[in-house]
Amino acid sequence: MKNNAKIAFDPEKDPLISVKDLKKKFKGLHALNGVSLDIYKGDVVFVVGPSGSGKSTFLRCLNRLEEPSGGEVYFEGVEITGKDVNINLHRQKMGMVFQQFNLFPHMTVLQNMIIAPMQLQKISRADATEMAMQLLDRVGLKDRADAYPNQLSGGQKQRIAIVRALCMKPDVMLFDEPTSALDPEMVGEVLQVMRGLAEEKMTMVVVTHEMAFAKEVASKVVFMADGVILESGTPDEFFNHPKTERLQSFLEKVL
Amino acid sequence: MEFADKFQKDFYLNFIKDDRWRYIVNGLGVTLKVTLFAVLIGIVLGFVVAIIRSTHDKAGSMSKFLRGTLNVLNFLCNVYLTVIRGTPVLVQLLIIYFVIFASVRIDKSFVAIIAFGINSGAYVAEIVRGGIMSIDQGQFEAGRSLGFSFTKTMMLIILPQTFKNVLPALGNEFIVLLKETSVAGYIALEDLTKGGDIIRSRTYSALFPLLAVAIIYLAIVILLSQLLKLLERRLRSSEK
Repeated sequence: MKNNAKIAFDPEKDPLISVKDLKKKFKGLHALNGVSLDIYKGDVVFVVGPSGSGKSTFLRCLNRLEEPSGGEVYFEGVEITGKDVNINLHRQKMGMVFQQFNLFPHMTVLQNMIIAPMQLQKISRADATEMAMQLLDRVGLKDRADAYPNQLSGGQKQRIAIVRALCMKPDVMLFDEPTSALDPEMVGEVLQVMRGLAEEKMTMVVVTHEMAFAKEVASKVVFMADGVILESGTPDEFFNHPKTERLQSFLEKVL
Repeated sequence: MEFADKFQKDFYLNFIKDDRWRYIVNGLGVTLKVTLFAVLIGIVLGFVVAIIRSTHDKAGSMSKFLRGTLNVLNFLCNVYLTVIRGTPVLVQLLIIYFVIFASVRIDKSFVAIIAFGINSGAYVAEIVRGGIMSIDQGQFEAGRSLGFSFTKTMMLIILPQTFKNVLPALGNEFIVLLKETSVAGYIALEDLTKGGDIIRSRTYSALFPLLAVAIIYLAIVILLSQLLKLLERRLRSSEK
């Protein structure tokens, strides 16, 4: 498949992800109503908003797990919503973490992690295993390499899901409510891993309800409601000086 | 003593005299051969149809050409499923033997393999499709989000889990198939059932040959069930 004409892309200056007037319709319902957003390298963008505001749909459109009905998404200078794009190549550079972890239950932790690098990037088993073990060590789960997902706690599963995505050496990580399915006492261990990623300047887009975490880690917070971005800004502007009434009332409810 | 005497006599008459046991042994061979190859055809056909049907229902965006091809294939699969599941296997066997292969001299066990294979494929297809559809959509999305193509996601992530889940139902289907092949006598194929029946028609003694046939079927089914149980347990080892 041919790649789209690549416009000159400078990772230090140009946005890593550029979303232009993104629209998504589900059977008459407008989940996204024209969303535009630029995400630069090293950005940690948190997307918050009431349920049904389209924030998860927005995130899933970024790697085309949802097919947008209109608008464009550029990733590293390539319009990945374009016609003849091989989306599989671009997805290798966009790690994704799901609310329900979605580990492969028929594989061990280690197999979960090395299958994609081995199959897609033709990395040898030895090299992939070494990389995986290093990542496991980092999240404190080295001793669980040979366990099956069903033998792990929710927090452990989510940490594995994160390092599984990291094994592909992605340029951006997408998090879709990564702590929403966790017992409260396990939220911290997952946020700790994400905090570490943010400190290493990993570009991240996070859909979450963890407001305190957003305040602490985000470089930019985006408020979505009714399929549009109503307001966005630095955590300080966003949480301490909200401009729109919708955001003010939303923050009152969740903080 | 009288009973033992009669037993011995009947046994001799039905199995030993004129080497009649050969009907049973040869018949068993034919039954096993037909079942084995029909199962293989059924699995291949079933998986292909199931993958076409679930791809049609599941796959997201694709080019117009691919979508069109898929629609045609899906339609053909639906026709196949409707016709095969809507008519008795015996009628299908007779049609294949007396209509489709009417003008060619052909090995009867080949005809039986084709007929039972095609028949079994339809049932396997729906079992496997159910298995594919029961895998959580998140598994699919996780595979795709890592960069796997639709095909690779199917091969590496969805089908291995599907196979494990449908194994009990597949085993059941193969047990049914083994016993269904007993109607092959209608095209004069000398399978196990026909073998017993031939002995009966020679000796005018029904009990021994038919009992022997029944016991052999039962033994194979029990053996098969045990093997499946073993395989299932091995595949489930990851779900302690």
